[in-house]
Amino acid sequence: MFEITSRRELSPNIVEMKVHAPRVAASAKPGQFVIVRTDSHGERIPLTICDFDADKGTVTIVTQAIGLSSRKIVDLREGDAFADFAGPLGNPSDLLDLPEEELRKKRILFVAGGVGTAPVYPQVKWLKEHGVTADVIIGAKTRDLFTYVDEMKTVGNVFLCTDDGSEGFHGMVTGLMKDLIDNQGKTYDHCVIIGPMIMMKFASLTTKEYGIPTMVSLNALMVDGTGMCGACRVTVDGKTRFTCVEGPEFDAHKVDFDEAMRRQNMYRDNRKTNPETHNCKCHG
Amino acid sequence: MANRIPRVPVREQDPQARATNFEEVCYGYNFEEATLEASRCLNCPKPRCVGSCPVHIDIPGFIHHVAGGDLAAAAATIAADSSLPSVCGRVCPQESQCEGSCVLGIKSEPVAIGKLERYVGDWAIEHAAELPKPEITPNGRKVAVVGSGPAGLACASDLARLGYQVKIFEALHDVGGVLVYGIPEFRLPKERIVAREVEAVKRLGVEIETDVIVGRTLTVDDLLDREGYDAVFVGSGAGLPRFMGIEGENLNGVFSANEFLTRANLMHAYDDDYDTPIYPGRKAVIVGGGNVAMDAVRTAKRLGAEAVIVYRRSEAELPARVEEVHHAKQEGIEFRMLTNPVRVIADEKGNVAGIECVEMELGEPDESGRRSPIVKEGSNFTIDCDVVIMALGTSPNPLIKSTTKGLDTNRRGCIVADEEGRTTRPGVFAGGDAVTGAATVILAMGAGRRAAKAIDAYISGK
Repeated sequence: MFEITSRRELSPNIVEMKVHAPRVAASAKPGQFVIVRTDSHGERIPLTICDFDADKGTVTIVTQAIGLSSRKIVDLREGDAFADFAGPLGNPSDLLDLPEEELRKKRILFVAGGVGTAPVYPQVKWLKEHGVTADVIIGAKTRDLFTYVDEMKTVGNVFLCTDDGSEGFHGMVTGLMKDLIDNQGKTYDHCVIIGPMIMMKFASLTTKEYGIPTMVSLNALMVDGTGMCGACRVTVDGKTRFTCVEGPEFDAHKVDFDEAMRRQNMYRDNRKTNPETHNCKCHG
Repeated sequence: MANRIPRVPVREQDPQARATNFEEVCYGYNFEEATLEASRCLNCPKPRCVGSCPVHIDIPGFIHHVAGGDLAAAAATIAADSSLPSVCGRVCPQESQCEGSCVLGIKSEPVAIGKLERYVGDWAIEHAAELPKPEITPNGRKVAVVGSGPAGLACASDLARLGYQVKIFEALHDVGGVLVYGIPEFRLPKERIVAREVEAVKRLGVEIETDVIVGRTLTVDDLLDREGYDAVFVGSGAGLPRFMGIEGENLNGVFSANEFLTRANLMHAYDDDYDTPIYPGRKAVIVGGGNVAMDAVRTAKRLGAEAVIVYRRSEAELPARVEEVHHAKQEGIEFRMLTNPVRVIADEKGNVAGIECVEMELGEPDESGRRSPIVKEGSNFTIDCDVVIMALGTSPNPLIKSTTKGLDTNRRGCIVADEEGRTTRPGVFAGGDAVTGAATVILAMGAGRRAAKAIDAYISGK
């Protein structure tokens, strides 16, 4: 069992947890993910690692309650435990492979949206530790839905935008990206986008316009997370790739986002995962 | 003239009833049936069955004990060569191994060796507490085993008997490898058989840690250098699914058999008390002719779909066990032989709407010795369906290879190892599907046991 050592609500449906998983914490690198299971009857759910502390043996995850299983995760309390917490899975961010000298020359932009903000944090933090301060755009529908802004400000240059203009730039992340480049004299030679699939699609169309090499971290459906099931198939540059073992980060300009979005919805109408029709005995 | 007795039929669940449930198909023999069937064995002076068994179980020896009603002796005889009789009795392809070479089979039916093995194995599980406990003297040396499938379990239990402190690292949350994620409940009960075989291994002192992905959570080098293991056995199986590479394979409703079966078996998706969803569709087409294809098609049927096998060769070439094909037909599975998919057809939303196939005919034998299928030009036709499951075989996971220096693999991604499981990296041994590519439980078990001997020799000689 993997105990939840701390838990805090970032917004009404988004919860951050630190989980005691010493083996995962010791091996984790920015960009990787874990597979968790709340209990013996639960689904295996992939979650991107948002931070890790090898000394304390903890791994931080952030979960948004959307369906049945994410709701079960969010409902866990401090002191409760996950039945399973396996990882780290997937490949670390490509940035980790760059020689230090080359890395220091990079002008890097992160674009984060929704629950994708927290997974950006370990990458920005790692860059800061390696002498690079990246720009980070965080987008939300409205100011109350921002998460991880204060944490992010400690490691990167943060730019906020909201759809309704309640804080920061009034508009979507794509608008702010253009504003930074066209009006504020920013130049970038690397971009990482993490967030809802639709946001990643349009944000990477924008970086394509500007010719900025871009990576996206895909949150595909998975069962095992180790290459066995192929549920996470995604088409990149016309070839089928497994997100779990070949990703989760891919060249954004080569990803077939429409297919990826369609595949994410494979089980959306399933009576089990849809909370409205779910009929098991797990909630009494 | 014991051989005049016809083969004792085994009781099975009614095909129509079982096609809607996940209970075990075959009930197995009871004591009377087992002793009667055992009495058919001629006890040949040069038993061909033993030579055809991948691990050379003393088959006439254990059957002789069954005939005499001494099941403890029968269990001990099998245990000398096999650590998983309840499993192998259920899943071995007996018709091409022991039973296939039984002399009784020439004029009548071979002795039901598999069913007798299963009977003895199940008896041993039931009576585990009463059987003598092996005397184990700890030798203070540590061995890590990667993977808790048949190869890993067999290797671990032999090493534990020799006095080694053994720990198995399993990537998934449940123990048993392909026995829990691959083979369905209706063929191999998980609680009643697999879990108890695992318990038997644990009773020998073997520790099992789940949720550890070697190659990610830990590396083989970590195990040797940081965690102080004297040797590592890699039995990580062949879990990577293959696809055909045809148009439409990423449509919603196309699954690997691995995904479909893992959802059903490991995740218990067929049970409403478990959260994992599964989608069998209204009509499921399963592509392939091996045991995995049979498992997938029969699972889809049990989940309420009309279920069809599409296979590019003819029935004679089906690689699945004869019993599985027979059971599948009894359950109402449609078999479309000499048929090969060329394209999966989409509806307007990107869901599967059908599968376009071509008819095949058999040409000259290929390198596998089977007649190779040739496309009949212009024979294209469509089968309407909303699910397609690809059961085309699997290959080993590259995670361990890619994170272990000095560990060679061949061009198919299989770890290079000799007969005793020695890899190109000293102190690292491997066996089972990770070495051979997808094969059988008994071959994996045999490889695990041979590697245990080699590991003992390696550590003793250090």
